[in-house]
This record gives sequence, C-alpha cells and structure tokens, in this order.
Amino acid sequence: MNDQAPITGCADTPVLKERGQREVFCGLTGIIWLHRKMQDAFFLVVGSRTCAHLLQSAAGVMIFAEPRFGTAILEEKDLAGLVDANDELDREVARLLARRPDIKQLFLVGSCPSEVIKLDLARAAERLSEIHAPDVRVINFSGSGIETTFTQGEDACLAALVPQLPATDARELLLVGALPDVVEDQAMQLLSDMRLNNIRVLPAGRVTDETAVGPNTVFALTQPFLGDTHAALIRRGARHIAAPFPFGEEGTTAWLRAIADEFDVDQDTFDRVTAAPRARARKAIQAQAAVLNGKSIFFFPDSQLEIPLARFLTRECGMQALEVGAPYIHRDLVGHDLDLLPAGPVISEGQDVDMQLDRCRAAHPDLTVCGLGLANPLEGEGLSTKWAIELVFTPVHFYEQAGDLAGLFARPLRRKSLLTGFHPNMQAAE
Amino acid sequence: MKLTVWTYEGPPHVGAMRVATGMKGLHYVLHAPQGDTYADLLFTMIERRDHRPPVTYTTFQARDLGSDTAHLFKDACQQAYDRFKPEAIIVGASCTAELIQDDPGGLAETLGLPIPVIPLELPSYQRKENFGADETFFQIVRHLARPMEKTAQVSCNIIGPTALGFRHRDDIQELTALLFDMGVQVNVVAPMGASPSDIARMGQAHFNVLLYPETAEAAARWMERELGQPFTKTVPIGVGATRDFLAEVAAITSLSPQVDDSRLRLPWWSSSVDSTYLTGKRVFIFGDATHVKASARIARDEMGFEVAGIGCYNREFARDIRALGKELGVDSLISDDYLEVERVIEELQPEMILGTQMERHIGKRLGIPCAVISAPVHVQDFPARYSPQVGFEGANVIFDTWIHPLVMGLEEHLLHMFRDDFEFHDEAGPSHHGGHMPKDIAAAADPQKTVLLEDGNVIWLDAAERELKKIPFFVRGKAKRNTEKFASEKGVNQISVETLYEAKAHYAR
Repeated sequence: MNDQAPITGCADTPVLKERGQREVFCGLTGIIWLHRKMQDAFFLVVGSRTCAHLLQSAAGVMIFAEPRFGTAILEEKDLAGLVDANDELDREVARLLARRPDIKQLFLVGSCPSEVIKLDLARAAERLSEIHAPDVRVINFSGSGIETTFTQGEDACLAALVPQLPATDARELLLVGALPDVVEDQAMQLLSDMRLNNIRVLPAGRVTDETAVGPNTVFALTQPFLGDTHAALIRRGARHIAAPFPFGEEGTTAWLRAIADEFDVDQDTFDRVTAAPRARARKAIQAQAAVLNGKSIFFFPDSQLEIPLARFLTRECGMQALEVGAPYIHRDLVGHDLDLLPAGPVISEGQDVDMQLDRCRAAHPDLTVCGLGLANPLEGEGLSTKWAIELVFTPVHFYEQAGDLAGLFARPLRRKSLLTGFHPNMQAAE
Repeated sequence: MKLTVWTYEGPPHVGAMRVATGMKGLHYVLHAPQGDTYADLLFTMIERRDHRPPVTYTTFQARDLGSDTAHLFKDACQQAYDRFKPEAIIVGASCTAELIQDDPGGLAETLGLPIPVIPLELPSYQRKENFGADETFFQIVRHLARPMEKTAQVSCNIIGPTALGFRHRDDIQELTALLFDMGVQVNVVAPMGASPSDIARMGQAHFNVLLYPETAEAAARWMERELGQPFTKTVPIGVGATRDFLAEVAAITSLSPQVDDSRLRLPWWSSSVDSTYLTGKRVFIFGDATHVKASARIARDEMGFEVAGIGCYNREFARDIRALGKELGVDSLISDDYLEVERVIEELQPEMILGTQMERHIGKRLGIPCAVISAPVHVQDFPARYSPQVGFEGANVIFDTWIHPLVMGLEEHLLHMFRDDFEFHDEAGPSHHGGHMPKDIAAAADPQKTVLLEDGNVIWLDAAERELKKIPFFVRGKAKRNTEKFASEKGVNQISVETLYEAKAHYAR
C-alpha cells in the first residue's frame, strides 16, 4: 500500500513486559505440524495424560491414520521409583520401533513432568541411539510448557537437529523452518530462477535428504521463532542472512533481496524473476486490503509471528496496529520487521491475560488476533477475532500466498458484515 | 509408562474444569505450568462457549521453579478473588504442579478469603477426567450442602450434568419436562447451571436423580447418607429404561408413573416393516459405562440388533460392564487403549459400531458404519438442534442417529446381490451420505475392461446389453462386472440375458 518507509519504526518503542497468566500453548503443539513435515520421524512425548490430551485437542480433529506421534504416559510407579523410568522407556521405544519399521528418526520430547522429575532424556536418547543404530536415530528436545511457548517447540526440535548435521565446507544456502511443501517449492523455484544452486532445507522431509552445515553455510530463516536454531547454526560456523520475514509482497521481496545480495545476483535477474509474482501478490493483496484498510488490529501473544504480520498488515493492507503482543521478542530475528512497523502500537512481550483483555476491551479493535481459548469469548463480547493458530497451519509465506494471508484477516470482517444484526453480538465492524 | 496415541479421558483436573465451567459463581484456581491453558479451548471451541472457563492458571515457567511457585499461587488466587468475586473457589494442581508439592489448599487457606475455599486432591498419575469431575462435585457438595427442610411439593435434584458432556444440555431439559409431567419439581440441577448458593440448598429436595453416575455418584452417595435423599439407579436412556426410571421415581414419591408418551415414536418406527433390515445386525458397543449399558439394552430390546460385544473405557465401572457382558453372553472389553479397541473390532467384524468419536475413526478405517453414543466429545456432538438422549424424545433421537450411518433396506439388498462392486462397496459408504464416492462410471463402461478378462473376448449380446441398462445405474457397474466374472468362470464368451440372470442368481444371497 505505501511504499515509503515510515519516518520512525518501532525499533525504539519501549516494550511493555508482562509476567502473569499466559494463555498460550506449550511447545508440544509444534509436533502437530512437524510430524507431517518429517515423514520418517516419530515424536514420542514422555509426559502425562495432560500432554496426550493437549496433542489430541490441539490437533482439533483427530488424524485418521495412526499418527506419527504418541505419549509415553508417566504413571504413579514411574514417579514413586518402583520401576526404573529408563527401563520403561526403553521397552516402550523397542515396542514402538518394532511396530513401525518405517521410522528412521525418533524424537524423545521432554514435557513439564519429565523436566520436573529430571528424567534425563538427552542421555536416554544417546543410549537408545546406540541400541537402535544404524536404523534409527534418536534425538531429544523439550517441548515442555515450563521451557517453551507454542512455536518454540519447533525451534527446540530444529536446534536439536543442528549438532547432528554432518560438516561441510561447501558454500550452501540453508532455508530454515518447517514450511508447507507447496510454499517450500515456490521458494526453491524463485531462488533457482536466480541461478542459486545448492539450496538445502531444515528440516528435511526425510533423514536421508538431510543437509550438512559448516563455515561456508549461509542460512535464511523462514519463521521468526527460530532463535535457538539460529544460535545453534551460528555455533556450527554458519552465517545468518538477516531480513524481514517473507510475508506479503514487501517482506518476500526484502527477504529474497537479502539472499540475492549475498549471492551477488544482479538487479536485472532479480527483477526478471520477481516482477511477475510481485505484481500478482500486490493484486491479490489489494483485493483483500479493501476490507482491511483503515481497520485496527490487536495481537495477543501466540506464535511470535505477530511482529512480522503486524508489519505486513499495516504497511501493505492499510491496517492500524493498536497492540502487538509477542510471547518473546528476539531482536536479532525480528529487528528488521520492527524497524519497518510504523510507530504507534503498544509492543508487549509476555502476558498477563486478564490485564491484556482489559486493554483489548478498552481499545475495542476492529480485529483481535488471539488463541482459541479467547476467540469465542471475545466474539461473545462483540469483537471480531482471528484464530492465531491458523497462521501456522496455513500456507502464508511468499508471493503466491500473500493474498491468502491478507484473506485470513479479511474473512472475519467480511463475515461480520454479512451477518450484521443477525446475532445480538454481531455489529458491523465499522 | 504406557504409550498412548489417543485418549478417551483427559487428566483429572480437566474433570474439575468441567464441573467449574458448568457452574456459575464458582472459580477454579489451578496451579499449572504454561501450556495447560489449552484446556480452555475444549470449552470455547468444542462446546462453542462464549465465556472463558472460570479458571485462573498460575502458568509457572522454568525460571519460577527455582524461586517461589507457592507465592505465585497465592498471588494468582488473591487476584482471581479480587477480579471475579466468586461465591466459592476450588483450588488444585495439575499433573506438573502435583510434583512440586506446593499444597494449593493450604496456601489458599492462609489468604483468609471471605468465601468457601475448597481444596481438591486429584491424583494426576493414577486417575482420569471422570474421576476428577466426580470427586470435584463431591467435594463441592460436601463443603456447601447441609440438611434442610424438604420442599412442600415433591422435588428432586438432577445431578451429573457438566460442561463438555455428551448431550447434557438437552438431557436436562427433557428430564425436567418428564419429571414435571409426573408432578416432580426440579429443585437444583448440578453441577451444570448451579451456583454455590444453589448447591447449599440441594438438601431441600426429596431425592436425587443421578443422571450420569460417571460424574456424580460420589455426591449421590454422600447426599443419601448425610441429607437423607435416596437417588435413582436407572439412567432413563431408551424406552425401557425411561419406563423403569418412571417406576423408580413413582416408588420414591408415591406419584403415578403414567405420563403422556404420545411423542414417543421409537417403538412404532422400530416395528414398521421398513425397519426389518435392522433385524439381527451385529453391533459392537463402546463408550462410557452409562451410555454403553443404556445402548446395549436399546440395541437388543428396542432395535432388534444382535450385540456382538461391549466395552467401556472407564475402569471404575468395569464390574457393571462385565456383569452386563455376561448377561448378554458376550465378551466385555475394559480398556482405554484405542489400539486394543480397534483390534477387538477388527476381530469381531460387526456390521455397526455404537461408540465414541474414536470408534467413528476406527469404523472409517475398517469400513464399518458407526453412530456416536458417548463422550469424549467432538464439536459435532453439540448440535444446534434439540437432541437429547434421555426420555421419550431421547429415544426418538437415538433411533434416527443409529440408523443414519447404515445402508438402507433396499440398497442393502442390492449390495448383497452384487458384491465387490467398485462403486458400491463397504468403503464407498451409504449413497445418502455426502462422503459417498463412487469411481468414475465411464471406467465401468470401458469396453477394454471386457476384453481384459482371462478368456479374452467376452461379448455382450444386444439383448443382454439392453437388459443391463434396465438395472438401476447405481448397481449397473457391479452387475456388469459380476456377470462378466461369472461368464469367464463358466467359460462363456457371449453374454446373453440368460447369462445375466444366471449371474444374478449366482451372486444373490
């Protein structure tokens, strides 16, 4: 919408830091999409009935096929020390792998109870790796709520993979973040059209497709929540190509531009490759922006996508951000997006949900982005909401999805205008 | 340690949430790590509630564990009181908080709040959701209800309905009307819709209707002992059970069990000739014990099915279900292992499953129709329309619900006549369902297919081809294929009208 950068961004905006009740998922939730992305992996949560129940509930509808995840539920006898939890784990893993010979990598996923009782899953993973080598690789990460918030589960998983990657001195580009296949293919196509070769992805679809990493690796993040993975890759000598995240036409172009610059792609080639999809993206966004233009938006913290998305919605769709809440703000990662986000909104980190609800009600935004636990209650109060979880379950990156991304936010507003006066709480979002 | 893919029940604190969320004026302060707030979405999304569950979570994180989680709990409890001003508070711990042993009950007591504070002890590593609901409701009743003078008119409490229950909303309405017809007033419905002050006056009722033993049996027994209130033992799901329930209420109250049953349609619907095809259908029944018991009786006595096996996931009721299995002459499966349930269904090969949403999935995998009779609930189990399970209207609803997944009478005959059809087969599902997906009819008409038979050229004579076209389109492909198969087996390479009917006779059962 507006191509000029605003005079001031949000880089210097003081951050409202909150510590109170957090209405967020824990990192185990990431398993829901990771297990589909990594087709030879099984995610075994070592936890409680609550963990199993969360996975089942967060999946929304159960997946018909036997999923490639499960929970080893700790029982009273595991806690009371009547049995050795490690023996129990070995037995369950052996049984599982016998039943699923297609599994090539097994993730032992730590949970709140396993962390609190200090069950050493890292050591268990080493032991089990030895037992089941070379057929199966066993890796540990934590998706516990005491350590991870929602998308941080993916971060923890990918960060755990990094030390396992073989070393290389090749100059390679690594794209980091679990993307839907269609989106990943589009990104690869754009980059290869710029004559970039040697592009690898993390996570790979299969362990056999896995990449190597080394001092000549440069990497670009496709998701803003990969702070630990970022650090782990840097420890392996790789270098980060910092850029705004590839949401919307502007974000995608800036993200590609940063990579193109790294690989000395000339301007003509860059323009030739991006001109048509840029135009398509602008056109697609414009169709949705008619609904979004001038509307205000309030983000509850959820996936850490909030700052890049606020940047997209304000700059390309004409929305006005009132509050942008994120569970954590990694300036190394979202700094470029913060710079571009026009000053004005409250930038908050962490949560005290009742206080934030008070602020939201007072601000009375046209659209509120929040978790599933808050959406219907806020709709019940007359606010329009967008479920945040859909943003990590839908292809939203890069040019061809830019219109869809805007559409996710426009749909609740369009719906409200269609149903005006139908339900007492449904008032036009004017 | 036990590997679990899908669970029938959540942890016990979710049971406590079902009680708290069903009630009004009660608040639950739950010592729990970040992430346990996922449970809110069960209520706001599955049940489409337009209010947040009345639960304050401490949502402690790793950094808090090193310092003072007890202080965190006290702050959360005080703030919850200040903000929500509930009539009473229940306090407890989720699985992780149980491990750090902060004693929420003791901590809350030190705050000196001017309202009742009810501590819950729910062992997360031993028990499950239904126990959590039952124990929570029991503790609330035990703390708040007192013996009182009975109401002048005969009255009862309806106990057991909670948030996230299977059709609890509509069961309350149907049962209240049924009792009203008998002349019984409903004093309090609890936990659903009751406030702590309502709980306090439960003692006024003459007796209790125990609607769902899973969630209110402990409270029913306590009230029988302490408040002198007998409780009903029959859950009125199904025609026979409803009549038995009315007789039971009549025995307690000395009122007449005769009520207007002109709305009851199940007996005639089941007796009409259209339902003949239901005769002896082999059904497997699985769910919570209450709904399984009721369903087994309906299946056998009111639908004319053959019960091929039963089971329940709540071990607390294992004895009841085993006894019922014995009476029915079938094995009883007591298990909360989804894979084990699947194995048993695969072995039994029933023609229909009456189960939960989990068995619906199993049924889809195995190509067996399934009707849902019990929790765990799914958003589809909260229909907009009135859809009770109890009483006469409940019986009508059950009849409709159970026959819906089945292939209807005539279609079933045709399937039997022409088996192994590529269009109409078990996996394709009944043709009145949107999901019915026959393959492309053009493929069936492909003449190449005919030639591909082992013996080479099988030719349809003109008359036979015309006859084939008279067969309804939805079985034509099957008739064609079966006839060709039959012809090739008999070494016939020209299909006449006679061959067609010989084939039909061959495949008809």
